[in-house]
Amino acid sequence: MSDVAQALGGASFTGFARVEELAPQGMISFRGDLSDPVVQEALRAATGLEMPAQRGIVQAEERALGWMSPDEAILLMPHAALGGVLVELRAALAGQHHLAVDVSDARVTFRLSGPGAREVLAKLAPVDLSPAAFAEGELRRTRVAQVAAAFWLSGAEEIALICFRSVARYVFDLLAVSAAEGGEVRAF
Amino acid sequence: MSTRLSRGGRLIDRTRPQEFTFNGKRLRGFAGDTLASALLANDQMLVGRSFKYHRPRGIVASGAEEPNALVNLGEGTRFEPNQRTTTTELFNGLKAESQNHWPSLEFDLGAVNSAFARFLPAGFYYKTFIHPRPFWKHVFEPIIRRSAGLGRAPKDRDADRYEQFYAFTDVLVAGGGIAGLQAALNAARDGKRVIVMEQTAHWGGRAPIDGVVIDGQPAAAWIATTVTALEAMENVTLRLRCMVAGVYDHGYVLAAERLTDHVPGAMGPRQRLWRIRAGQIIAATGAIERPLSFAGNDVPGVMLASAVRDYLTNWAVSPGDRTVVVTNNDDAYRTAIALVEAGLSVPVVLDARARANGILVQQARALGIRVEAGKAIAAVKGGKRVTGVTVCSQAGEGAVLEEITCDAVAMSGGWSPAVHLWSHCGGKLTWDEDAAMFRPDPARPPLGADGRGFVRTAGSASGAMHAAECLADAGGTAEVEAPEEAPMEPIWIMPQGAKADLRAKMWLDYQNDVKVSDVQLAAREGYQSVEHTKRYTTLGMATDQGKLSNINGLAVLSDAISQPIPQVGTTTFRPPYTPVTFGTLAGEARGDIFQPLRRTPMHEWHEANGAYWEPVGHWRRPYCYQRAGETEEQAVHREVRNTRNAVGLLDASTLGKILVKGPDAGRLLDMLYTNMMSTLPVGKCRYGLMCNENGFLIDDGVVARLDEDTFLCHTTSGGADRIHAHMEDWLQCEWWDWKVYTANLTEQFAQIAVVGPKARQLLERLGGMDVSREALPFMEWREGVLGGIAARVFRISFSGELSYEIAVPAGQGRALWDLLLAKGADLGVMPYGTEALHVLRAEKGFIMIGDETDGTVIPQDLGLDWAISKKKADYIGKRGQQRSFLTNPDRWKLVGLETLDGSVIPDGAYAVAEGVTANGQKATEGRVTSTYFSPTLGRGIAMGLVRRGPERMGETVSFGKLDGTVVKARIVEPVFYDPKGEKQNV
Repeated sequence: MSDVAQALGGASFTGFARVEELAPQGMISFRGDLSDPVVQEALRAATGLEMPAQRGIVQAEERALGWMSPDEAILLMPHAALGGVLVELRAALAGQHHLAVDVSDARVTFRLSGPGAREVLAKLAPVDLSPAAFAEGELRRTRVAQVAAAFWLSGAEEIALICFRSVARYVFDLLAVSAAEGGEVRAF
Repeated sequence: MSTRLSRGGRLIDRTRPQEFTFNGKRLRGFAGDTLASALLANDQMLVGRSFKYHRPRGIVASGAEEPNALVNLGEGTRFEPNQRTTTTELFNGLKAESQNHWPSLEFDLGAVNSAFARFLPAGFYYKTFIHPRPFWKHVFEPIIRRSAGLGRAPKDRDADRYEQFYAFTDVLVAGGGIAGLQAALNAARDGKRVIVMEQTAHWGGRAPIDGVVIDGQPAAAWIATTVTALEAMENVTLRLRCMVAGVYDHGYVLAAERLTDHVPGAMGPRQRLWRIRAGQIIAATGAIERPLSFAGNDVPGVMLASAVRDYLTNWAVSPGDRTVVVTNNDDAYRTAIALVEAGLSVPVVLDARARANGILVQQARALGIRVEAGKAIAAVKGGKRVTGVTVCSQAGEGAVLEEITCDAVAMSGGWSPAVHLWSHCGGKLTWDEDAAMFRPDPARPPLGADGRGFVRTAGSASGAMHAAECLADAGGTAEVEAPEEAPMEPIWIMPQGAKADLRAKMWLDYQNDVKVSDVQLAAREGYQSVEHTKRYTTLGMATDQGKLSNINGLAVLSDAISQPIPQVGTTTFRPPYTPVTFGTLAGEARGDIFQPLRRTPMHEWHEANGAYWEPVGHWRRPYCYQRAGETEEQAVHREVRNTRNAVGLLDASTLGKILVKGPDAGRLLDMLYTNMMSTLPVGKCRYGLMCNENGFLIDDGVVARLDEDTFLCHTTSGGADRIHAHMEDWLQCEWWDWKVYTANLTEQFAQIAVVGPKARQLLERLGGMDVSREALPFMEWREGVLGGIAARVFRISFSGELSYEIAVPAGQGRALWDLLLAKGADLGVMPYGTEALHVLRAEKGFIMIGDETDGTVIPQDLGLDWAISKKKADYIGKRGQQRSFLTNPDRWKLVGLETLDGSVIPDGAYAVAEGVTANGQKATEGRVTSTYFSPTLGRGIAMGLVRRGPERMGETVSFGKLDGTVVKARIVEPVFYDPKGEKQNV
């Protein structure tokens, strides 16, 4: 199999925060009855993580499980592990109405890092990104400027952001101009 | 003469001189100056011309309320018109030009209008230019357009960048005067998140200028202490140069922050638009002083009393050596006292009140200032500059008692609370008879979703004009020392019995040239409503939005129509408080990121290989790939021929791909599509049509059944998101109990169509999958590994050729594309664009959503009855299609059109019929929907909708051309090429 091409070839920009396109990771979009114990158990078995509550995300090592909507979850894992996880999920939920599908290539992941990371995003997304309101374990599905995106804290002073692949360049340019020197807001 | 004093000026730094130019004249100011204070320091009192009469205009105010002193600022890529000099901070190299004058500020031809002022009354435009009708468009409007308008429109692209910032807070305080700071401190101490925004570059508002003492120390010290305390609190954000522009529902607030206006070219954005959600908004926006209406109150040198005091105290600028003060209240005496204390002369204070004996009045008298109670200005002397005033009794008609020489007049008609932010979202006002002002009514605030008020005012904005009340209103408990003030007396016309000649020289709106006489005329002509009067006279419609003129204007109206002021009411306060430049509103959305551009995984290859782009939704798709020396048309023909004769590649990644899964998936698709999808065997593909409830065709595409429970629905490129939403709409709102999930996988896959007689040969070279006719028949799909890449291969054709569409993960798309080009080089592989795609499908008579459909076309119109199930009980659109109009045999239906002369019918042409319509237009009997030159057939081909078309095979119809001639075409079957479909099924 050929190498997986990154949408922007791993682009990065450093201003008062750093913006990087991350290497592709495995991403599964899951739809099902999240309140069903069988579903919860299948997700737990597939990720080693407990299904989080509304607007939440749980992370451990290189895996994460996030709440996307009342009947939708997102699973993140190393790209190489994706095939196995899909098989496992489908087996665990055989005969149970659900949808689990690989969306790794449909999306691009960016990392925003540095003390200004929250501010960069607060210029683009109508979300309260102050430390008091946006803490670790929070996942937001929202927009950045004119396109859909989701993001969460992936570490101290570090935000992971996913968007659709076709608009990767647009989102990167948005983040870069918002992180450019001289644009510090110092509001948080 | 206005000039700089040798001492004082709390805001200027005399060690940092700043050079600037005004109308090309080199002038000098200091750091800390506003452009207005620097102009006055250079004796530049005349700064512009008014809108209608081109009257000389001087600086009137010292803040955001300034109506006159607007300039064209900067040049080239940093040029901006209508900039208020009073809020423009001076910087080295600033270039300003006065506006609305021709040929020069000093000598203006338009000023001749002033001589004819009595021919330009209120409503002049409405009255004069309405007849004869054509004159408006061809004569009057062009002339008015040339002479009207303020600054010039910028011509160059803005060199600066802008941005937005989303902020959330418990309390937003608008205004950083003592009330705002106090309110912020209280909220912050309660543990609330607080943002404080001040439109100027300084905290503290007027208190330091007015000599207020708080807790035994000058206001400036209290302000510094309070700001330091706020800065130290983590829950507080303080912003200077940030104007709260508007308050909207649900505590939404817009504010414009000026970041580098005062240091042009500095790194970073020029302005930032704050988009704030605030739990509570405290409008501590202060008050605005009102002018007095006396004859000649617009002559340069007549200023607001508070502005005179500001220029003196803040910037050490005196507006003149001899300043006459005219007032109806005690506050203006502060100006008289400040002037005299600065060593300047105040020949007289004309106090329109019958008695003047407050503490401030006594202080003024003690300084030797002559105070004349019950007196007024009869008229101001001077043209481009005040030279004196004539004095009369306020009670009389203007008989001159005395003439006093002076070079400036400081006027004060009392203060109006700046209630804009309170009012934007519906906060109500109440008329305070004693203070003669509209103040916010705390019992009727703007209401939030919870039914409670979400805006309150603090300080002068509440009408608490005295410093002690002001701080207390904001929740302060500090001891405030400021002299008691005697009540003001409302004075709307000066003198009260002024005759017409005087009233015609009393300006209400300086910028738009609206006078007392204009409002009175409007009243005589029957205007009762303040909103109508505003529009008829243009009172308050200038860029300052009536900050100085509104209350005076409505008081004059109230008197003229004999209605009390509260009944007349105010005009509506609308955002923004002061103008916000478009760049700030647009934020980052300009240039490359004006709009998202969607790119396929092969986008860069297209870009590097001559793609001539066509926008498709937010995507860019190659229309064709131009080679050196080729026209677009030649490129399209080459691509079509190559695809028919060898093999072509199409980037089909933009096609919508929606996964539909669940036990009820088939049931859902049977409702969404007009034909039967639930019977589709696994491994096969079927073309389907989707209609809306009215029966009109909205999308089409190929559905593949992936397994018992799972279908993959292809949609048009522009339809992916819309159709996905359509599915979810029906699933969530109507059939919520059906077990179906959908996922939009459009971007997960790159899709490449490999098309042409050599397509199979090319895929065989890639290896890994059996793509033979037997292993992968027409309208089936298989999964496998092709050229080392995991792929799903569909045998579908939109061209009539042997065709495969290969879907691979998007990250592998470019690799597959490159591989196909490399392996197929000697087979003559070449990519083709969307236009070749259109020609290929038109040659085959395949319809295109958006060409053959326009929202009024049903599948039956297109001869697609074969794709409409007769067996199904229902599908979306079935009932709609049974309506009489849609079953009318007279409907225009799809046919092929073959021109008799082989030419190409113009796009959009109509087939003309005999006679005329009820509207007297030429009757028509059809229209062209797709028309191309077919390189394959060597002539023009077209499809069109023609009345009873399929019944008229062989008939000739005429299509009108723009030059008035017609092109004749024969009605034929719409399939021009390989009608038996032999080529695609090999």
